[in-house]
Amino acid sequence: MTLPLSTPTDLSRRSTLASQQEAPAMQIPTPSRPIVSFQDVTKSYGSFTVLDHLNLDVAPGEKVAIIGPSGSGKSTLLRVLMTLEGIDQGQIRVEDDSLTHMPNRNGVLVPANDRHIRRVRGKIGMVFQSFNLFPHMTALQNVIEAPVQVLGMNPKEARERAADLLELVGLGNKLDHYPSQLSGGQQQRVAIARALAMRPKVMLFDEVTSALDPELCGEVLNVIRKLGAEHNLTMLMVTHQMGFAREFADRVCFFYKGQIHEQGTPAQIFENPQQERTCAFLSAVKEAN
Amino acid sequence: MTLFDWSYAAQILPDLLRASLNTVGITLIGFLIAIVLGLFLAIGRRSRKFWLSWPATAVIEFIRSTPLLIQVYFLYYVLPNYGLSLTAMQVGILGIGLHYACYIAEVYRSGLDAVPRAQWEAVTALNIAPYDAYRNIILPQALRPIVPPLGNYLVAMLKDTPVLSAITVVEIMQQAKNIGSEHFRYLEPITLVGLFFLALSLALAYLVRRLETRMELR
Repeated sequence: MTLPLSTPTDLSRRSTLASQQEAPAMQIPTPSRPIVSFQDVTKSYGSFTVLDHLNLDVAPGEKVAIIGPSGSGKSTLLRVLMTLEGIDQGQIRVEDDSLTHMPNRNGVLVPANDRHIRRVRGKIGMVFQSFNLFPHMTALQNVIEAPVQVLGMNPKEARERAADLLELVGLGNKLDHYPSQLSGGQQQRVAIARALAMRPKVMLFDEVTSALDPELCGEVLNVIRKLGAEHNLTMLMVTHQMGFAREFADRVCFFYKGQIHEQGTPAQIFENPQQERTCAFLSAVKEAN
Repeated sequence: MTLFDWSYAAQILPDLLRASLNTVGITLIGFLIAIVLGLFLAIGRRSRKFWLSWPATAVIEFIRSTPLLIQVYFLYYVLPNYGLSLTAMQVGILGIGLHYACYIAEVYRSGLDAVPRAQWEAVTALNIAPYDAYRNIILPQALRPIVPPLGNYLVAMLKDTPVLSAITVVEIMQQAKNIGSEHFRYLEPITLVGLFFLALSLALAYLVRRLETRMELR
């Protein structure tokens, strides 16, 4: 089903949501039914507020790049969506389900239990900065494990799919290699295949090239490009690769102090940023490069 | 009278060897209980559920803080008053298994704590249920570094089996004492028992080292 593009009302709602951050209104169309929706989400570590009443809607199939300085809440955004961290306030929705809450018998929303979280979380996949492969398993076993255990897939079918996925990420000849026998870029590609094996609707990439030597970044980014071109996956990626964000993303969100300080198309953000802090960040990144 | 009577030693050896089978049996079955129960205690102690972590912690700390001798005395002489009557051998195996389960639980805990948090995050991101996560992902990584301390506890357990002679379990030490009191000569039986423990401890240590090497190679 193709979701209708957003109406002006939706856009103004999004704009209102983002208005706390005084971000300019976006000019990119968004659907009325987002696949991921952060609603007034707040997350603190002690007195440090990492996500501050954050609102963000992501459309199905949309590629969102999240940029910003360290400690601005970029990774935390992905981590709370993956339920690696809890939230203090607000609600996160994935498709029609709340990830953080569930209705009780009386229809009142209460904090979600493990079973509910597991069901909703199954729609999301994540790739980590440090790969997090299982070191005692081969590349193939890493990709097979979850489909067999979680989806109940037949091991033979899982093996065939895993081999296909590893082929997709260019590692068809490394099926029986252990992570320690692979380069960082290869490990990260196995991690992407492993996440894809769970058939997620939303993929989260958390600084997936930050731990890699510059010459290995390309191979990982190429895989992501390929996924973007060939599959209608929704992607949220925290990245420091501005060139990649500019080329690949439909929307760029600049995070600052736990809020979306500014967002827009790559052209808007990189060529004509409106906020002073965004300009300063982009200049600093440019200088560093 | 010779200092060490070799013919007397040869004469009592078969009886001691027969009793040594009990020692080996108690050690092996007790160790099996300890490594299985210890794992559950460790996982219970690490649980975020208070009703699980609190009793597990209480059991571990209580048993580790009281002597094995008192525990087996209690099991053998006190529990029958409350309707639970077990043979000396059953109490011996259960007592030593339970005692070492609590030590081994702490070994497991250290191994589990050593598995990087990132592995748990990967497990969560892949939506793998806790049981499958422990079985296929976390434990295989946690076990490798704890094989040496587990081996130490196996040897320690073997050397603790003579404590069970206090509740009339006829293991090798009890048999040696019986033989000694029968012939009024303790040097040979006790020496043989010492040599038996030395030989078996060295053999077990060797086997554990072999296992360790094998796991490292994998």
